[in-house]
Amino acid sequence: MDSLICYLPKKVNIYEFDWLFLTQPPKRYWEETENTDQRRPEEEQGTAVQNQNKSTVKERSLKRKNGENLEKKDPFPGEAPIPHKQLQKFQRGEKYKVPAGARRRLKEAIISSEAMSELAQKQAARYDLLLPEDAGFLEGDEDEDTNTISQDDIADAVDITSGSKYFNLHLSQFGPYRLDYGRTGRHLLVGGKKGHVACIDWQSKDLMCEMNVMETVNDVKWLHTEAMFAVAQKRWLYIYDSKGLELHCVKKFNDVLRMQFLPYHFLLATASATGFLQYLDVSVGKEIAAVCTKMGRLDVMSQNPHNAVIHLGHPNGTVSLWSPNQKEPLVKMLCHRGAVRSLTVDKTGTYMVTSGLDRKLKVYDIRAFKPLHSCFLPAGASCLSLSQGGLLSAATGDIVQVYQNVLGSSPVSKPYMAHRLRGQIWGLAYCPFEDVLGIGHGEGFTSMIVPGAGEPNFDALDTNPFRSSKQRQEWEVKALLEKVQPELIGLDPGQLSKVDQASFEQRHKEQVEALGFDPLAKDKFKPKTKKKGRSSAGAIEKRKRKVAHEDQRDEIRQTVQERTERDKEQKEKSNEKKKLGNKSTLDRFRK
Amino acid sequence: HQSAYESDNIKVLCRNPDDYVRETTRDIQRVPRNYDPTLHPFEVPREYTRALNATKLERVFAKPFVASLDGHRDGISCITKHAKSLSTVISGACDGEVKLWNLPRQECLRTVQAHEGFVRGICSRFCGTSFFTVGDDKTIKQWNLEAPGYGVREEPINTILGKAVFTGIDHHQRESTFVTCGQTVDIWDEQRSSPIRSFSWGVDSFSCVRYNPVETELLASCASDRSIVLYDTRESAPLRKVIMQLRSNTLCWNPMEAYYFTCANEDYNLYTYDIRHLDVPVTVHMDHVSAVLDVDYSPTGREFVSASFDKTIRIFPKDKGHSREVYHTKRMQHVICVRWSADNKYVLSGSDEMNIRLWKANASEKLGLLSTREKAAAHYNKKLIEKFQHHPQVRRIARHRHLPGDILKQKREQREMKEARRRREQNVRKHSKPGSVPLLTEKEKHVAAVVE
Repeated sequence: MDSLICYLPKKVNIYEFDWLFLTQPPKRYWEETENTDQRRPEEEQGTAVQNQNKSTVKERSLKRKNGENLEKKDPFPGEAPIPHKQLQKFQRGEKYKVPAGARRRLKEAIISSEAMSELAQKQAARYDLLLPEDAGFLEGDEDEDTNTISQDDIADAVDITSGSKYFNLHLSQFGPYRLDYGRTGRHLLVGGKKGHVACIDWQSKDLMCEMNVMETVNDVKWLHTEAMFAVAQKRWLYIYDSKGLELHCVKKFNDVLRMQFLPYHFLLATASATGFLQYLDVSVGKEIAAVCTKMGRLDVMSQNPHNAVIHLGHPNGTVSLWSPNQKEPLVKMLCHRGAVRSLTVDKTGTYMVTSGLDRKLKVYDIRAFKPLHSCFLPAGASCLSLSQGGLLSAATGDIVQVYQNVLGSSPVSKPYMAHRLRGQIWGLAYCPFEDVLGIGHGEGFTSMIVPGAGEPNFDALDTNPFRSSKQRQEWEVKALLEKVQPELIGLDPGQLSKVDQASFEQRHKEQVEALGFDPLAKDKFKPKTKKKGRSSAGAIEKRKRKVAHEDQRDEIRQTVQERTERDKEQKEKSNEKKKLGNKSTLDRFRK
Repeated sequence: HQSAYESDNIKVLCRNPDDYVRETTRDIQRVPRNYDPTLHPFEVPREYTRALNATKLERVFAKPFVASLDGHRDGISCITKHAKSLSTVISGACDGEVKLWNLPRQECLRTVQAHEGFVRGICSRFCGTSFFTVGDDKTIKQWNLEAPGYGVREEPINTILGKAVFTGIDHHQRESTFVTCGQTVDIWDEQRSSPIRSFSWGVDSFSCVRYNPVETELLASCASDRSIVLYDTRESAPLRKVIMQLRSNTLCWNPMEAYYFTCANEDYNLYTYDIRHLDVPVTVHMDHVSAVLDVDYSPTGREFVSASFDKTIRIFPKDKGHSREVYHTKRMQHVICVRWSADNKYVLSGSDEMNIRLWKANASEKLGLLSTREKAAAHYNKKLIEKFQHHPQVRRIARHRHLPGDILKQKREQREMKEARRRREQNVRKHSKPGSVPLLTEKEKHVAAVVE
């Protein structure tokens, strides 16, 4: 673990460390807890141990003296220590220090708000202990690769419910298939190229609707709930409800190839064959922005779940980042020698993984816009997907490979799992909060078990796979109330909480101009005319001398400065003259 | 067929629905939480949106007017709170009538024809059994708070005939002495018919006098020669006075930090003074567009309410230069007197057109019993608004108040005048010898002198 940290680039922040810890082989309940887990923060440790020793010694001596049992002392006094890494997981930004010249009010405000955030951080970290589930894992025996283990074997080895998560849907007629899982991970939407669209509650294998739209289907996407989904058909964008009823045909959105739904903004972003990136606000049904990217056909698209920026991959090997507020890309980066085939971004918004026609797989740090590492895949990857647990799946030909520990600086090693399918792979998506990878291909759909892929503990106020219809309705109202406006989409989602120094300075400047003086300026030093004490003649004289000719001193300082500046100017002038002086009189006739 | 892999080497996420779904419909829903920041993206923008919504809702629910108590047959000249009972209020009118009100039932309990001419001042005795009134007929009358029996005439317990008109009265916190003001400031014993002590400092009349609620021997009064005078009742002469540019109408001590008092001035402003440093006011409270007639502190000492001739009442935080709230209605005329209720929830205003109005001190507060969730939501919203108060959108919505056209016009006019004055002063300063036209802050402008 230590060595890993050493290799990390300097700019990596706490969240990454956090992630690294998560991808370590998870702790088992039968194993003994690690040392690090029980370790107190360094300072506390030493003192606590000392205290313990002292207290026990005292107790014994007391016992000996009295010969009776006294009240037992708490062997672990004070609050229980919280492991450092857990605390770091909940840290938001740097701690703010009180600036040197801060006034009393500012100082108090900073100190109290810091104390509050520390308390919140501690309580959140303590709550981690109560999380009910552990992440899944898969380990081979000695000298055995986990990627040789077949899905059938896994399905046999695990319990029946988990085993039933590996299944195939043989749909050879209308393929190949695109797919999308809903935000809670319960609902699956598949769309065949030749018009077959179906939505399924995949855990209960309950078919919600099935239809053929009699047109080419380019992409399918769930909207904010399982009640509505969008289908990008040959000409226009259609929106259906969960029973297959056509709700809208959005004719402003034509030739859509790929779609992304931004759940907190209620925006459906679409990329079209004509090179347009369009945003549809699904809560009011309005087009928010239409950006002409001028990059040709857009068929590689992904979203950054951390800041809602849309990533587009282009045939010339560049990846561009877009927000609805700007007609130009926020960032354009050259990633591949050939065309970009697929890209994906991890949930913390730190890493981007791309694959291109040059058959390379590259990992980027998209906060610094720097490549971390790349590797060569002989078949090249046509589809990429990152799971909540940080597993990367890549579709290489008709094989799906799953990689572990890709994010970070260690180079890509051999795959963690692999699965061969019949036919070309067309869509790849991890199911949220489940150890399942959905694969859409030419022969239908395959649900594959990938242990360790999903986030084990969901937050029921945000995404609850077990929610009732009443809970869903309530969630929908709350979510709509706190819909984030599209104007707030930018590279840094935390920008809003930062101090706007520039506009303050501008305003202050204007105020000074209007008033004719600086209201924030410090008062000139006025000696106190104290009546009691320190009034001996000597002291007064001393004090007077300290501030005597204060205004004259200022003037002198100014004149000295002016003189030095004048001297400097004259020197420069004379230097120029010297240069000129070296020229001959005939030089002026030269051209 | 034997499984090739032991189940020790593999674990797949599998949740038991029994742990996540409630057992019966009478149960509450299970809501497991996970506070991992990566599961909650857009923290700041979402919180900002919530804050914006909270601010908007606060404005939507801002309905401060509660009730109007009508019954007086002339303008209200003074209101006072009962010393012990929250629900009782005593008011005096310009025709000499005094009425006792029950606030929860919004009805008049009793009417007394106390004086001929104005009732100038009312104060309740600290024990809550009787109250005093002074009027234009040069009398001080003490009344029983309990109504006389059926058929018995309303008679004062005690009547004192003075030499001149009394303009104000205030009672001591624990002793049976009270103070009146008129041509002099007189201290009276309840048992005697002549003042124990009289103060005057070359002044022809006083408009208001108040006991300090903590240092109970200390008095402050507003005089017609633009001064505010402080007295110690144990001494024979007044302590000191501040002379301001214009006359102060009334003053009120801060009940929590009783070294501060606030005075309502004729120059449209209120001034908070620290009695330890009288040479410069601590804060100048500006926003009224006409003379300020009355001021009263909230029992928490954090805010005060002021009544003005411009037909509005305003609520100021004690340390802020501008008001946080302004109340007005179409029918309310010049507001003569105002009081903050002792439970910190309501404000009472008495105005020229014979009505006493009851307002909420916090305009958007929900009245009545709140459930725990309502309380929590209210606290959360308050905190959110506080957190994002400096964001331009939030600030714009939170600050916006509807004002009658007249007041808006006057406000603009006065801003223009002030700007012109400032510009002229700046020009004078620019063209005169440096230092000869000193830069005066707003606080320093209004104090003429402090006399010991």
